[in-house]
Amino acid sequence: MDDAAGAAPARERLVSGPGLLLVWVYGVITVGAVSRSAYQISTEFDRAPLPYALSGIAALVYAFITYSLVRGGETARKAARICCAAELTGVLTVGTWTLVRPEAFPDATVWSDFGMGYLFIPVILPITGMLWLRTKR
Amino acid sequence: MLDALTVAIGVTALALAAWCGLAAWRDQPTKDWHFIGMAVVTVLVLAQLVVGLVKLAQGGKPDEGTVIFVAYLVGAFAAVPAAGLLSLTERTKWGSLTVAAGAVVLAVLEVRLYDIWGTPGA
Repeated sequence: MDDAAGAAPARERLVSGPGLLLVWVYGVITVGAVSRSAYQISTEFDRAPLPYALSGIAALVYAFITYSLVRGGETARKAARICCAAELTGVLTVGTWTLVRPEAFPDATVWSDFGMGYLFIPVILPITGMLWLRTKR
Repeated sequence: MLDALTVAIGVTALALAAWCGLAAWRDQPTKDWHFIGMAVVTVLVLAQLVVGLVKLAQGGKPDEGTVIFVAYLVGAFAAVPAAGLLSLTERTKWGSLTVAAGAVVLAVLEVRLYDIWGTPGA
């Protein structure tokens, strides 16, 4: 990878080269997930408690990964990796759950059907994230 | 007016995405011309934000609710400038690719905005 990042700050930068694109996509999805779940939980939580609660958790995970990527450094890298793994587990669990028991989900979550409504980005992103964090070792 | 702007922004956003994607393909960072392109798109989105707020003030009712409509207007306004600023910190093809991704996000937001506002009179 042609990584022409200049000045070396104290912490190892995770936001350089492909990492910038990754953090951008995570940032966008964080804004989307946080605002969407905040809106749904505050206005219509009773309609679909389980999906909205799960969306809220997903939003928190995304926010934390974005923060870790921006912060950089070894601890953040490890934390982000664990969260990417958690994210992938979440997508796979909720994705399977929505297919097996659709009646538990009166409304969609970000992770429904493995993130199909979001071009499968929710399932692609954690894999890309973990690969990226591994190369930064 | 609002729908025309929405369509125009969708198209220019995709053009910007293709242009910055081409720069990334050629292994180039974003340059002055790309920033002028981003500025053009941003001016259009700003116009959309203003027109949207005026329509709301005139008593317009978006199909999917005012809060969602305003949130998407603001999000659309922020997308390209934010990606542009990021590309200033990363002077490689990855900066260009990030702007391209930002423009694609904007195009998607415009499609959603079109639905959220809904058909006039419906």
